[in-house]
Amino acid sequence: MEAFEILLNASFWVAAIRIASPLIFATMGELISERAGVLNLGIEGIMTVGAFVGWFTVYAGGGLWFGVCAAALAGAAFGLLHGFLTVPLGLSQHVTGIGITLLATSLTYFSYRLLLPEVTSPPKIEAFAPFAIPVLSDIPLIGPALFAQTPLTYLAFITVGIVAWGLYRTPAGLAVRVVGENPAAVEAQGISVTLIRMAAVATGSALMAIGGAFLTMSAFNSFFFEMINGRGWICIALVVFGSWRPGKALLGAILFAAFDAYQIRLQQVAGDLVPYQVFLMLPYILSILALIAVARRATYPKALMIPYQKGER
Amino acid sequence: MAIMKKDEAEPVLRLDGISIRFGDVVANDNISFELKEGEIVALLGENGAGKTSLMNILFGHYVADSGTVQAFGNSLPPGDPAAALTAGIGMVHQHFTLADQMSVLENIILGTEPLFSLRQNRAAARKRIKSLSTDFGLQVDPDSAITDLSVGERQRVEILKALYRDVRILILDEPTAVLTPGETEALFATLHKLVANGLSIIFISHKLHEVLAVSDRVIVLRGGKLVKTVPTGTATRSQLAGLMMGAELEETEFPGGEPRSVMLELSSITTQRSPGRPALDGIELRLSAGEITGVAGVSGNGQATLAAIIEGGQRPDKGTILINGEPQEGWSARRALACNIGRIPEDRHAIGMIGEMTVTENVISERYGSDRFSRYGILDQRACEEFAEAIIRDYDVKCPSPDIRVRLLSGGNMQKLILARAFDGNPEIILANQPTRGLDIGAVNYVHRKLIEARDKGAAILLISEDLDEIRALSDRIVVMSKGRLSPPSARGELSIAELGERMAGRGDVWEDQKSGGGKYAA
Repeated sequence: MEAFEILLNASFWVAAIRIASPLIFATMGELISERAGVLNLGIEGIMTVGAFVGWFTVYAGGGLWFGVCAAALAGAAFGLLHGFLTVPLGLSQHVTGIGITLLATSLTYFSYRLLLPEVTSPPKIEAFAPFAIPVLSDIPLIGPALFAQTPLTYLAFITVGIVAWGLYRTPAGLAVRVVGENPAAVEAQGISVTLIRMAAVATGSALMAIGGAFLTMSAFNSFFFEMINGRGWICIALVVFGSWRPGKALLGAILFAAFDAYQIRLQQVAGDLVPYQVFLMLPYILSILALIAVARRATYPKALMIPYQKGER
Repeated sequence: MAIMKKDEAEPVLRLDGISIRFGDVVANDNISFELKEGEIVALLGENGAGKTSLMNILFGHYVADSGTVQAFGNSLPPGDPAAALTAGIGMVHQHFTLADQMSVLENIILGTEPLFSLRQNRAAARKRIKSLSTDFGLQVDPDSAITDLSVGERQRVEILKALYRDVRILILDEPTAVLTPGETEALFATLHKLVANGLSIIFISHKLHEVLAVSDRVIVLRGGKLVKTVPTGTATRSQLAGLMMGAELEETEFPGGEPRSVMLELSSITTQRSPGRPALDGIELRLSAGEITGVAGVSGNGQATLAAIIEGGQRPDKGTILINGEPQEGWSARRALACNIGRIPEDRHAIGMIGEMTVTENVISERYGSDRFSRYGILDQRACEEFAEAIIRDYDVKCPSPDIRVRLLSGGNMQKLILARAFDGNPEIILANQPTRGLDIGAVNYVHRKLIEARDKGAAILLISEDLDEIRALSDRIVVMSKGRLSPPSARGELSIAELGERMAGRGDVWEDQKSGGGKYAA
């Protein structure tokens, strides 16, 4: 019974939405990239970069929003690197992506040591504070969860809207979707495949970095090693779970975050009966089950992971 | 008078000294020609003559090594499809450049609006597509997804894509390769309407009768060179064939076969629909020794599944496969090989041969486990190589050594290896799926002779082909495949091309009879 009461507790839903926020950013980023036909396994490293750059900018005296922009730019830079290697050069997207993750993560840790040589415990910053939207935040249960969060969470939800609208309602979005289906169609209509794919990967990577920055600027308020902790990989699965559609991917992110928030609380309820590692596993097991149930029939972008060489015979 | 007028017209397009090489192959060698307003020029040549390369240069997919393209008096920058489109040149590619999951409308408006504008005017686009459709007889629903369209409809979308951009010059690369005879007629009618509206058209083909039927002028390419330009009015079939091949066309008339006992029988074979493949619906088929059965039909009507079932790559959901009258249990590719079924797969690059492996490795790939080629699980290199050398000699394969990678061979030589592998051990049943696709006429004749030879030795052959002329020339009996169903067989010469075309389109008496009769072919 206690296990069920958790669901009626506002603090559970607040936590779920907070946990979902970085996933939403990064999932949207991966989704844009994959929609254009480029798998970006650099996501884990790019999130690490974003987390560090955003946090350090503020720590060094920059404004919060300036930190978000800096994180986005750093992410876009790694995106351009991934794009350059996989699009014009046509290298394996798997191998390049993993390379980007290793490079970005190591560079971040290296920079951290270099910039903060004497620090033993990571310093905290004055992070984004929750901002309660008047009236709406007074709605029971939903109010605190959706309308009393930090501005970055609101931005995450707005991003989903912008991505959906951009993909389905603008010429550039159409070009992105077609380039992931059949790049030859894009070229035959006089648009550069390289331009569209590079732009999509860079934009997507910027969003991933903002997702990382959320952790340091809106959740933990400081940077420490291993803090991304597989969130990037989860986002790869969430894109598949969402069948490459922004709305469904958002739903997946919230669902996963809810599982995560739930298991933390369940640990307390269940006490010593079950080892806590079992609860830690729970969201991942559930997401694998969800993938099996949902994603088997998904229509993936046909040209995903296939490099396009102009004029190839 | 009309002809006079065309002669006076200014050229809308001028190609001057175009050359391009791919490695050692000269695809285009100093080609120059002009296109006049309101003219349909046919570009005729065998596979590999350089037609598609030339058009890809014109449209900016390839950059020529030398030469210039001028449209309406202005030079086109090389390698820029956007510039070609802006200059009013549209191209309908042989392999459609459509995004399957998107709608017709989305495919058409792609690239026609500024990339970074924040909105799309879909209502206006839809209206314009509808009016173009009615004007030029290109009926298609703007809101259906490409994947739901037939091949003929997809081609209409490709043409609409060009018309939507107000092109003045339209290039069609082998547009009839995928069409039924009826759809081809409709396409020709559309082309005449376009020309009447002042467009100029380049029509690429290797089919003589189509070229003669639709064009004003024929430009013949051979081996990358422009051989001759002939006004269609004075051209004859044999003259064009001669120019195209550099020799007179031998139109061989193959004698019929003498059917004997039934070797393979498919009985009420049914499968589920899968992506890109229609469901098979109660397939009945009997292959007799000493007979070629031709399966006519437009690709994508279930031929791939039918072939997969005979090869053992797929099991039917319902129905029985009988070999020599014995029902087969646990049907698989291994069983099919054991039943002595020789296979010529549809796509020699993807399935037939492994390009990165050597000739030897490829020719033993179906039998490496047999005593001939291995002992105690170790390959007998000498036996393998001797086998490969024998094939190279007997089949006259042009390749320097059995150790070179198959990727380096021409299509015709690759196909010879596949034939040799399939015919090794005198198969009783042969599945020849598109055996001559993409080959030049010399190689086509070779394959045809070999198939007839195998038939006369007593093999039961199933010939699946999109090329109706090939089906009619080789088959003793013809069945037509349409929408996953197979028509009852007709004897050689029993049906005209038009009647076969009706069946290919899923129309005609036979399908109606089946529906009303509720017999074994019924839906």
